[in-house]
Amino acid sequence: MKFVDEFREPEIITRTSEQIRRLADPNRHYRIMEVCGGHTHAIYRFGLKDLLPANIELIHGPGCPVCVLPMGRIDDGLSIAHDPNIIFAAFGDMMRVPGTQGSPLEHKARGMDVRIVYSPSDALKLAQLNPDKHVMFFAIGFETTAPSTALTLVRARAQSLHNFSVFCNHVTIIPAIRAILDSPDMRIDAFIGPGHVSTVIGCRPYEWIARNENKPVAVSGFEPLDILQSIVMVLRQLRDKEAKIENQYKRVVPWEGNHAALRAMADVFELRPYFEWRGLGFISQSALRIRDGYSEWDAERRFNVPGVRVTDPKAAQCGEVLKGVLKPHQCKLFGKECTPEHPIGALMVSSEGSCAAYFNYEHRKTATVTSISSAA
Amino acid sequence: MDSSPSQSSSTESTPKARFREPQIEMAHGAGGKASRRLIEGLFAPLLFSPSSNAEPLGDAAHLDFNGTKIAITTDSFVVKPLSFPGGSIGELAVNGTVNDLAVSGAKAEAMVVTYVLEAGLPTPVLEGEVLAMGNAARKAGVTIAGGDTKVVEHGKADFMYITTTGIGRPMPGLNINARSVRPGDKIILSGPIGDHGITILLARGELDLEADLRSDTRSVLALVEALANAAGPGVRWMRDPTRGGVATSLNELARDCGCGIVLAEEMIPVRDAVRGACELLGLDPLHIANEGQFLAVVAPEYADAALNALNLAPGGQDAQTIGEIREQPSGAVLVTTRYGGSRIVDMLVGDPLPRIC
Repeated sequence: MKFVDEFREPEIITRTSEQIRRLADPNRHYRIMEVCGGHTHAIYRFGLKDLLPANIELIHGPGCPVCVLPMGRIDDGLSIAHDPNIIFAAFGDMMRVPGTQGSPLEHKARGMDVRIVYSPSDALKLAQLNPDKHVMFFAIGFETTAPSTALTLVRARAQSLHNFSVFCNHVTIIPAIRAILDSPDMRIDAFIGPGHVSTVIGCRPYEWIARNENKPVAVSGFEPLDILQSIVMVLRQLRDKEAKIENQYKRVVPWEGNHAALRAMADVFELRPYFEWRGLGFISQSALRIRDGYSEWDAERRFNVPGVRVTDPKAAQCGEVLKGVLKPHQCKLFGKECTPEHPIGALMVSSEGSCAAYFNYEHRKTATVTSISSAA
Repeated sequence: MDSSPSQSSSTESTPKARFREPQIEMAHGAGGKASRRLIEGLFAPLLFSPSSNAEPLGDAAHLDFNGTKIAITTDSFVVKPLSFPGGSIGELAVNGTVNDLAVSGAKAEAMVVTYVLEAGLPTPVLEGEVLAMGNAARKAGVTIAGGDTKVVEHGKADFMYITTTGIGRPMPGLNINARSVRPGDKIILSGPIGDHGITILLARGELDLEADLRSDTRSVLALVEALANAAGPGVRWMRDPTRGGVATSLNELARDCGCGIVLAEEMIPVRDAVRGACELLGLDPLHIANEGQFLAVVAPEYADAALNALNLAPGGQDAQTIGEIREQPSGAVLVTTRYGGSRIVDMLVGDPLPRIC
């Protein structure tokens, strides 16, 4: 399969993994944060940790939109959809995320009209097909998905489609990275930068990380070879005592970003003064809200939103895991009260959350197992 | 519910359910962990005798009436849309039950059918499905011996549901039991996985994806018979990996036999269209449903003969040894990659949900 198989070629992967071993100073411990949940998922799914020397530690970052969404927002969104005339539409990613009264799927089982959509424009189509209902799209995601929500709102306004609205939870990645770097218990040597977010924002927004914080960044793709190559890039920078932004994911990420997407976002959204992130707390100017010109399609203004704040269960240590202070299995609830089937913390919900990825792919893995390909 | 209680009559204390979940969710029907909790926590303790030294849950129950041995199983079909590239609900309803019997080591002989129809269902649709059932039954050599029909109000069902209950004759020389599986045994898969689940996902039309893909729905009886003839005494366990996919079937086996299962990713046959759709949607082909494949665990000394026989049988050319039983990781399934990484593959949790953001 093109664009996949080339990046999983065993020979090149083995060579790159050897290159990493040569570059890594055995007397040093490396803490590299992969910002994006997609990377976390890939690292576990492809078993990449098996290919790295023990002194390279990968810290899983905040780039999983489902994981950083506070429970109160889910409750708010679902409370609107208790009205039988409202269809609650969201990505599959959201469906098992627990609110205080259960997840969207559990609400569906109790009779709420909950639909899985694959894009915001599918939600818009749903509104066109159901003129006697109101479709509320529960929007989540970083700059990766925000442009398509923006374009959908532009279309809804152009078509004067009044039975459609967006409950906007879009967040932006840079303030989250800043919050991580500002955190006192944080010690990170380098970043593997988000790939899909960067297709929209480009590489420039990361430049301060190199300039002010003196940390190398490699914007990375999601295949095994992409991630290993990005590790090579940051190790080289660390060896040469350099700090710059490198673009490993050139086949997709333009250095300057996608202007049309950025323009659409700027037309429709503005920054919220502050927004709560699960595990990280309130971060100023870190999330998007819908501009006045689109207020009619803004579910938060159109409906009565309780605006509840729900604190995570005390025992759940999502924040520490999210900042990389604790490994998933070091949380007191991991694998006991908190499992992918009954997640307590959000990191266990999305398969991109570090706890779920760890639980699904790593947990119970005992000694290194020799491959069976020769035996079969 | 696929299960095989041992029969017995007992006079013990009132059985108690251990199932504590407040309501039934879609996940309880998805064939993964939640389904297993429902069966083991509610159906099994209330319906099956606690005194019986219950076999691990299998695809069909094997019963012995004073020396007359029969196998029995039942399955309901609620697929949407009713027809899809490569098959339809009627064909599926026959093949599904034939296959459940086949992988339990029995040849389907007769079947009864229950239709639950929604008022307003166009007659030609029903006729088409009944025709498909007749054809599938003839192909599989099974007699449809009777049935029942119920009609529910419009809006109370999704066009039609079909339940088939089949009885079969155990194939001589086959002894299928998860507990007989031991380290060193080989795991054979009859052909490419994920065709059915991905075909259905695409046929629902919710995704703007197109692929040249057909459901794999078929009877696997002939393949099972070929395997039994070539390697009967060495066949320890079989399962058709329907809902929940290969991952769920093998996790159940790992749990039932207490061994570890190690698969080599590059040996698992997956068509490019299925791989592509899974990559796009963030799904794992190992979790996707199949309707015309089966897994077999075969003793190592029989493994070559078993694979040869399958490869020579019609429709078995893509059969492949995909892994083996190990002592570790006990009770779990591990997949190794070509470049030396490895990952645990768990049972399906709930329905597979696409990842977008």
